Amino acid sequence: MGVVDHLPTRRELLVGSGALFAWSQMPRIARAEGRDPRLLVIVLRGALDGLGAVAPVGDPDWVSLRGDRALLLDGKPPALPLDAFFALNPAMPNLHRLYKSGKAAIVHATATPYRERSHFDGQDVLESGLVKPGMTASGWLNRALLAMESGGRVDPRGSRALGIGSVTPLVVRGSAPVMTWVPQKLLPASEDTQNRLLDLYQHTDPKLATVLQARMKLASLGGAPGTGDPMSDDPTLAPPGIARVRAYFAEAAGTAARYLAKPDGPRVGAMGFVGWDTHIAEGAASGQLYNLLGALDGAFAAIESNMGEAWRETVVAVVTEFGRTARINGTQGTDHGTGTVAFLVGGGLAGGRVIADWPGLKPAQLFEDRDLKPTTDLRAVLKGLLRDHLRVEEKVLAETVFPGSADVKPMGGLLA
Amino acid sequence: MSNSAKADSVLALHRFGMGPRPGSIAAIGTDPRGALIAELDRPLALSATSSLPTSAKAYRTVADANARRTARAKQAQQQAKKQQMAAAGDQGQAQAQPEGQAQGYAQEKDAAQQKDAAEMAAKQAADAIPDPGRPIYLQEAKLRTEAALGVDIGFAERLVWFWSNHFCVSANRIQSMSGAYEREAVRAHALGRFVDLLLAAEGHPAMLFYLDNLESMGANSTAGINRNRGLNENIAREIMELHTLGVRTGYTQDDVISFANVMTGWTLVPPGADPQHGGEFTFNPRLHEPGGQTVLGKRYEQDDVEQGRAVLRDLAAHPATATHIATKLARHFVADEPPPPLVEQMAKTFRDTEGDLKQVAIAMVSSDDAWRGPPSKLKRPSEWGVGMVRATGITTVDPERFTGGQALLGEALWRPSAPKGYPDDEASWIDGVGRRLDIANNFAERITSMADPQAIIEDVFASQIAPEVKQAVGRAESRQQALALLFMSADFQRR
Repeated sequence: MGVVDHLPTRRELLVGSGALFAWSQMPRIARAEGRDPRLLVIVLRGALDGLGAVAPVGDPDWVSLRGDRALLLDGKPPALPLDAFFALNPAMPNLHRLYKSGKAAIVHATATPYRERSHFDGQDVLESGLVKPGMTASGWLNRALLAMESGGRVDPRGSRALGIGSVTPLVVRGSAPVMTWVPQKLLPASEDTQNRLLDLYQHTDPKLATVLQARMKLASLGGAPGTGDPMSDDPTLAPPGIARVRAYFAEAAGTAARYLAKPDGPRVGAMGFVGWDTHIAEGAASGQLYNLLGALDGAFAAIESNMGEAWRETVVAVVTEFGRTARINGTQGTDHGTGTVAFLVGGGLAGGRVIADWPGLKPAQLFEDRDLKPTTDLRAVLKGLLRDHLRVEEKVLAETVFPGSADVKPMGGLLA
Repeated sequence: MSNSAKADSVLALHRFGMGPRPGSIAAIGTDPRGALIAELDRPLALSATSSLPTSAKAYRTVADANARRTARAKQAQQQAKKQQMAAAGDQGQAQAQPEGQAQGYAQEKDAAQQKDAAEMAAKQAADAIPDPGRPIYLQEAKLRTEAALGVDIGFAERLVWFWSNHFCVSANRIQSMSGAYEREAVRAHALGRFVDLLLAAEGHPAMLFYLDNLESMGANSTAGINRNRGLNENIAREIMELHTLGVRTGYTQDDVISFANVMTGWTLVPPGADPQHGGEFTFNPRLHEPGGQTVLGKRYEQDDVEQGRAVLRDLAAHPATATHIATKLARHFVADEPPPPLVEQMAKTFRDTEGDLKQVAIAMVSSDDAWRGPPSKLKRPSEWGVGMVRATGITTVDPERFTGGQALLGEALWRPSAPKGYPDDEASWIDGVGRRLDIANNFAERITSMADPQAIIEDVFASQIAPEVKQAVGRAESRQQALALLFMSADFQRR
């Protein structure tokens, strides 16, 4: 493991990245087209259940696959119709509104080239932009920033990348300078982390299990931020509740938007949200996943309002390392799968549609008879955005940004 | 190295050391007991001759700042009053014909406002001079923590921590001195003889301050007669109950009073009186109760500082002290209910060697009874916190953040709520495990790009960890979650 002798401070990160960066190599930018685009990438860590987020209600096998856990147009609560075939999780009214006004698109049955089931490796592939994990210390978004054509349309003053969170996501790390912002409110351990720890304690240490269980019960009774733990005098360390998760998502995403909106601010940014690994009691219609999607929906609203004028030149790409099993498992959750969804949101999009080459849900149509089969390479989507939004050359995309992706054509027509 | 040797090494690090860190298992080699004992022969990391200020110097620095604060505050207050009087004079003329009853109320209100304003000005002036106690405290905390992070095993450091808690003082009362106290009194004698540690601790200005002995005076002493004041029993009671004999070991209230009389005059040099030696220990005969005293049936006729030293020497040699110390040490390191043969062996060593603390520590780790039991001890927050940082290989800390985390977990550094120090049993700490999760989660978030949970399991723990933990770490949704689960696992929290 990498032995370090101290934690880098924000300032050191800034200085460190800056020192690596050669200013003379930066593209000379003319803003010839009179536009100044922004791209924010949000990584959902833990592998989002694409079927729990965007349900193929028109697929004849949907209900038999998910049973009473299937999102339905006449469900409780009812799923939000997108088109004749797909419906959105009811926790996402903002996304639905944006979709209806053409400012959001959804890519379904998509995946990176990664076909195994390790979160770490999956995230590595997703963020590095390479076909295999563990091959690089830089991310595709950072390399895209470096590679933007001379005279392109990104404001030269925004030639840095923005990383939100105490740890800069890999997708935005690299030799282009990164400025980081750390949310003041720390995210509490997620419900998922608590559940896993509880499970671990139940197998190894009953006493610790009892204590943790009591705390979780207290937190679920408390609900409101800061009220769950009577011993807590520090609201940033109070036990989690969905209200706190919502607040964190909105604050983190809203701040990213504020930075990106600034005339002299960064033009690309990245952040991660955790908690999507829903093995137990997934709760797509009312529960864990529903709550998280609701928090993400709130983050979209925060971005939209904080972007101001820049909203019309903004694209937010929400991606995850892989999807989950098509069927519900024995604990009312889903396990690690393959195909999933990506959300594209922003004033710059030609949205209002679900982009999918639908593979079907019959056993033979599933990947390895268990996962939604990926039919769209996520890199095609990302390359399309980078080419048409940020004007990165196709050749550079194939060679440096997503090396070895020459046969993955950028998806056209995503931008308005 | 065989698997069982690895297991013993990991146990040695958790139970007797500061927890595994990169390279620590290799450093132990094949003989964990020998490695622990060998560490006791090495000089302690943070010596009393460090670059940090002595306790007396730290105390003088704070006293000096306080004096300047008071002077500034007074000055500001007077100035504010003067200005207000001038302003009131102007106003008085303008309001030559005030209206009826409102006048009295208005004047009263003005006076109250003027008083508030003067106090505010005084406070602001005082606050302009920052308290130097906190930076000193943080610097001490940083070096102490880094000493624990930097050692291979940390058995000697754990002993320093143990004795510091046994002879605790509180930074709530003497922030500037708390770190220097540990270095000067505890660290210097933690591997020496108990009697020397006892004498150093009880004679240290920080302890005398903390246990209220500065103002204690004999009723018949010069000062006591002049000021019609007298004894404070606190230090005498705590020495017998907590530091030496242990509670309910046969001493009486009369013994406490006599011993308190013995201790009168143990004080410190007032900082204002002597800029060279202010804050240092001194024996003030004007405070000392004259005449002999009887403590635990023995007569002490010395009429000076030697009287107290003699009583402390006898308390150190008392058989009850040997049992008390052996029990507490074994409870701290081995089990909440330590095996009686282990305690007896340690107590015997204490008696046989006249309280040679290194030999007592060696007796503990040499006994099979100290190794046999399951890891039932719940690590204290300080041990757990340092262990978590050590596992990542980080060797330096931000003291503000680190001490803040410890405080949130209920074990604020050098700030126990009572002279008994922090408790050592599972029941006292287990309810805080939920909060540990918050700390672990936040720490994991900050280090996620530089710490690989799998590598920690393999390299730092030599894979000596429950298969369930390995599985949970392997299946975690992110490195952050994997690290948090690892740090929160029973394997990591118990020893």
